[in-house]
Amino acid sequence: MTRYLLSTHTVEGEQREPMSEEQMRETYQRLATIEQEMSASGAWVFSARLHEPETATVVRVAGGDALTTDGPFAESKEHLAGFYMIDAQDLDAALGWAAKVSEAIGRPIEVRPFAGFTDEPGGGA
Amino acid sequence: MSPAAVPEGDLDAPAGIDPAQVGRIFREQSGRSVAALIRVLGDIDLAEDAVQDAFAVALRRWPTDGLPPNPGGWITTTARNRAIDRLRRESRGRELLAELALLAPGDEEVGMTEEEGPVDDDRLRLIFTCCHPALSGEAQVALTLRLLGGLSTEEVARAFLVAEPTMAKRLVRAKNKIKAARIPYRVPADHDLPSRLAPVLAVIYLIYNAGLARPEEPLLCAEAIRLARILSALMPDEPEVAGLLALLLLTESRRPARLRANGSLAVLAEQDRALWDRPLIDEGQAIVRRCLRRNHPGPYQLQAAINAVHADATTFEETDWQQIVALYDRLLELAPTPVVALNRAIAVGELDGPVAAFELVAELDLEGYQPFHAARADLLQRLGRAEEAAREYELAAALAPTEAEREFLRRGGRAGRRSRPSAAS
Repeated sequence: MTRYLLSTHTVEGEQREPMSEEQMRETYQRLATIEQEMSASGAWVFSARLHEPETATVVRVAGGDALTTDGPFAESKEHLAGFYMIDAQDLDAALGWAAKVSEAIGRPIEVRPFAGFTDEPGGGA
Repeated sequence: MSPAAVPEGDLDAPAGIDPAQVGRIFREQSGRSVAALIRVLGDIDLAEDAVQDAFAVALRRWPTDGLPPNPGGWITTTARNRAIDRLRRESRGRELLAELALLAPGDEEVGMTEEEGPVDDDRLRLIFTCCHPALSGEAQVALTLRLLGGLSTEEVARAFLVAEPTMAKRLVRAKNKIKAARIPYRVPADHDLPSRLAPVLAVIYLIYNAGLARPEEPLLCAEAIRLARILSALMPDEPEVAGLLALLLLTESRRPARLRANGSLAVLAEQDRALWDRPLIDEGQAIVRRCLRRNHPGPYQLQAAINAVHADATTFEETDWQQIVALYDRLLELAPTPVVALNRAIAVGELDGPVAAFELVAELDLEGYQPFHAARADLLQRLGRAEEAAREYELAAALAPTEAEREFLRRGGRAGRRSRPSAAS
């Protein structure tokens, strides 16, 4: 098993048509179905949705002092919006879940393996 | 180890072979061995290193001892033994050792036969791993040539005009991704096959065309055809695999006639058809006929069919352009790209004349695509618009990827059409 992060991002400055209440309900319904499926097959580990990037705060320590600034990492144009953590047999299985989530939310999904969670040679004990 | 570092074999030895032959046999056989060892070891680097070790042993032994009766099996067995040696030195290798024992010496017989067997299945798994859509196109090509083709990193780098360290980095990054993201080592399920087969075919086609563009790298064309043959033997029910093989064979049949003595490109109209390779044409056309009977056309099969029609004509003038345009019509339905439309327009130019073709070409948005400018130049020339033609020839020549094509375009396109445009001297 390998552990993967399926993440979706918001893009700064990108205008999206706001969802109607009906559409929102449908999307949540679809996601709930996928999550049930993930749980039933033992793939689901954790999932969460984040507040807007404006709610972020960045902390950096320089010379022993913690400097706190308002807002997300200034350099990035794309911000994490939500994610799933799943266990899958291989990348094809992970891509299969990603396709389902992408279809439900109408946004691309990035699939990335976690380090140290796989039973690959040298990765475990 | 370079072949030059190996002492000459005893010339009196009954089956002694020289290091260059060892290298060739190794390249032909190593894909099987690498594929088999990756399955057992689950580790590409370890498999590669082990097969490399076996190569060093072969370079030492074969020139004096002669070729073993089953070179493929010998390589797999020797590489497996080397892998065992390496693993014994590492703690993590203990559990793998038990699995390696399963690849018993008895298995090596399978490596020799051309029938489908577990070893051949390994090569099929490996090509789907190498051409996984999660890898970049560049990485797909490099991995395929390195692992299945048995080319050295230096050879792969040279073939694609990339510095060796750059290519080495590209290969390392791709192999790391396969391991970390766990790109599977298996043939995709039937429902995934159409989408997963497409990059495999594209990689083989790209390798062939890279060889065609660079006559100094003859290895690539041969390698692409070899891979297409392997794939078609392993997937006999996939019409597009057969189509690709036929397309490559028919294109290859004309390669001896593609260049003039001065290295300039000879296009179809100018080629000495006596130089075409008849056995390759016969083989390619036989595959095309089987594809037609099966009647599941796809882009590779249609391109193969177009080439089969060309191969039927003993002179350029005898070409059945009606049939070629009809085939392009079908190709355009399946692959409605401007490049296909351009090639169809060129065929229309031969069937209905340059006026009709020029109208079709004018509708295409292919500015900066070299064959587009070359086609425009040819049509303008035939329309008697010599000055505009000369400008297009210059444009096309500046964009031409190879010296042969530049030469062809600088001399003002195909011979015997019109006088040579003065500006393109």
